[in-house]
Amino acid sequence: MNVSLHLWLIPLLPFAGFLINGILGRRLPKWLVTTVALIAPLGSFLLVLWNTLAAFAPIEIIAWNGPGPLPRELTRMPWVETCPFTWISAGALHIDFSFVLDQLSLVMLLVVTGVGFLIHVYSVGYMKDDEGYARFFSYLNLFLFFMTVLVLAGNALLMFVGWEGVGLASYLLIGFYFQKKSAADAGKKAFIVNRIGDFGFLIAMFLLVANFGTLTFSEIATKLAYPGWQGGVVTVIGLCLLLGAAGKSAQLPLYIWLPDAMEGPTPVSALIHAATMVTAGIYMVARTHVLFDHSPFALGVVATIGALTALFAATIALVQNDIKRVLAYSTISQLGYMFLGCGVAAYSAAIFHLVTHAFFKALLFLAAGAVIHSIGGEQDLRKMGGLWKKLPITFAVTTAGVLAIAGFPPFAGFFSKDAILYSAFLQGAGGKILWFAGVVTALLTSFYMFRLWYLAFLGESRSKDVHPHESPWTMRGPLLILAALSVCGGWIGIENVGNFMAPSVGALATDAGSASLEHMLMVVAVAAALLGWYIADRLYRQKPAQPAELATTYPESYKLLANKYFVDEFYGAAVVKPLLNLSKYFLEWVVEIGILGGAAWLIGGIANFAGTILQRWQSGNLRSYAAWLAAGAAAVLLFPLLQSVMFPIIHHMYIYRWGH
Amino acid sequence: MSSFLAQEVPLAWYLLLSAVLFSLGVVGFLIKRNLITVFMSIELMLNGVNLSFVAFAQQWHEVKGQIFVFFVMMVAAAEAAVGLAIIIAVFRARATLAVDRIDRMKL
Repeated sequence: MNVSLHLWLIPLLPFAGFLINGILGRRLPKWLVTTVALIAPLGSFLLVLWNTLAAFAPIEIIAWNGPGPLPRELTRMPWVETCPFTWISAGALHIDFSFVLDQLSLVMLLVVTGVGFLIHVYSVGYMKDDEGYARFFSYLNLFLFFMTVLVLAGNALLMFVGWEGVGLASYLLIGFYFQKKSAADAGKKAFIVNRIGDFGFLIAMFLLVANFGTLTFSEIATKLAYPGWQGGVVTVIGLCLLLGAAGKSAQLPLYIWLPDAMEGPTPVSALIHAATMVTAGIYMVARTHVLFDHSPFALGVVATIGALTALFAATIALVQNDIKRVLAYSTISQLGYMFLGCGVAAYSAAIFHLVTHAFFKALLFLAAGAVIHSIGGEQDLRKMGGLWKKLPITFAVTTAGVLAIAGFPPFAGFFSKDAILYSAFLQGAGGKILWFAGVVTALLTSFYMFRLWYLAFLGESRSKDVHPHESPWTMRGPLLILAALSVCGGWIGIENVGNFMAPSVGALATDAGSASLEHMLMVVAVAAALLGWYIADRLYRQKPAQPAELATTYPESYKLLANKYFVDEFYGAAVVKPLLNLSKYFLEWVVEIGILGGAAWLIGGIANFAGTILQRWQSGNLRSYAAWLAAGAAAVLLFPLLQSVMFPIIHHMYIYRWGH
Repeated sequence: MSSFLAQEVPLAWYLLLSAVLFSLGVVGFLIKRNLITVFMSIELMLNGVNLSFVAFAQQWHEVKGQIFVFFVMMVAAAEAAVGLAIIIAVFRARATLAVDRIDRMKL
């Protein structure tokens, strides 16, 4: 066991920021709050960067460059750091505070701390005039703390700590404007829906302990390597984990909290509900991929849920009018892509898409935030329009983001989406269906993103009384960096990503000599994206009246989509209402008033009755007390007397009279 | 001197005297109405027990019994100090020492 704990600094820096700003933030000057809030994620990011360099550089350079002598093992991943004291030790089960840095967690950490830092910088401008400035940054830092714990955790339980923690941070930030009822409700909804997923995660952990006797990921992998682990309990564990992942990553059927989560400030939507936290489910599936690899059925369910969610959420996004809700449904849809990638065992492709998605979706959200900020808090697409003249930089970066998410080469989304679709296509007949769903989703994605683009930025302005203005540099800087990443982020190529990630998530399946097939699939995907753009162009640029006509021509379909398939209403009627009625009628009247109240009344009555009897003893008469005292002493004396004298006599009389 | 006593007077007599003293104490404790007499009865019981202690100590040539008597006397002295103080306080408050009439739980 090594006791070098520099990995621990990565989460602890944001935690320190959380403590300082959370406790003292209200009394500190604003510049100090800003400094503390920015140094924490920047420090973590630099640490991660340093680890990355250390992982790639030859040993001599590290020894020469690093502060002090370094262990040679640093270049070897996975790099495990275990706290010198035990966390839980119960029988054969030992759980330590251990952090693991391998290819998977390294990539994830780069995204979390890198994009996280950019969004912190953006928030400095965005939240400038907010009363809860320090509170906001302390929550953001708290989020980064838990997220890095989640990513670095070497066992499922420590991951669960981070998992719950990011849920808490998400709850706090969605309900940041807690005076607003809708925001407070949205926070609760997110938390409660996530609890359903957490239930699955917990059950999976219990099953892991029962069957493998450990929660450490590497030990589970070692034990799974023995023959005989196929299907059965592994499938059950996989499905339970999937339930957890579906809750956190907003997949069917637990996606309903994410659109409502847009009640939080826009940087929060970008950081937590687009780039990092919601990808924790994908990360978890990739982290436990050995389990899924041993259960084709669970893997198939992952892929199916991913494809269904991608398609389902994309159709809802077609008709949403709130700019942030369009992006929220688009996030759900893109997360579905990542699940699809995981489900066809193309974990590195899924992680690749996770990374590029973090770039362009954070960009799109931040740009949407800049738009909302500049026109006085308006989020309705129908009241925007013509903003490209007023907000040229925001327009340019949004264009980059839209092209990236729609999957046009050479933007980032093209490469990662293509890698997932290609991997799906290679998976037999079922894979073709998944691939087709993915391509249709790509078409829809392209359509709704260009719809947003046309409605918000092009055409004539549909609002007269606002004067849009470009945002401050603290907001434009991160936008430009993220735009650059959205353009270039995919150039690294899936081959390099796959090779790099192979040691931790397994190699990508490839079809030898299938370059032509791959190119053909690329052409199909790009054609689908172009078609989506063309339709959006026709509907929203050439014939702006047509969308309304379509809505009146097909009122049923439009209503179905505009009301998000009535899923919220369905859950309300099928789950929430029965639960409420159960608590109201059964729990309140029978359990609360009947059983609990009755029991309290009964116990109180007995005590009261006993009291009325016994109080006669407490007469206050000293001589009665004395008599009881003497009687008690006599009884104590009499008992041994009876025992030693009277009982033997009785016994002898008995024998004398009746014989033995 | 002590061996003379032990030889001359059997242990049983001491125990008998001790029991008589103790019983007198118990009876006084239960039937007397004056608080001070009740208090004196307690002292009588204690000293009855003390007599058994010294008698047994003499009989078995064991010093522990005598030591114990000192403890009892010490406790009795402390008790007398506290008890008499309480009795004076009671008399001041109630103007009587008849135990049957001091039966109210509060002032």
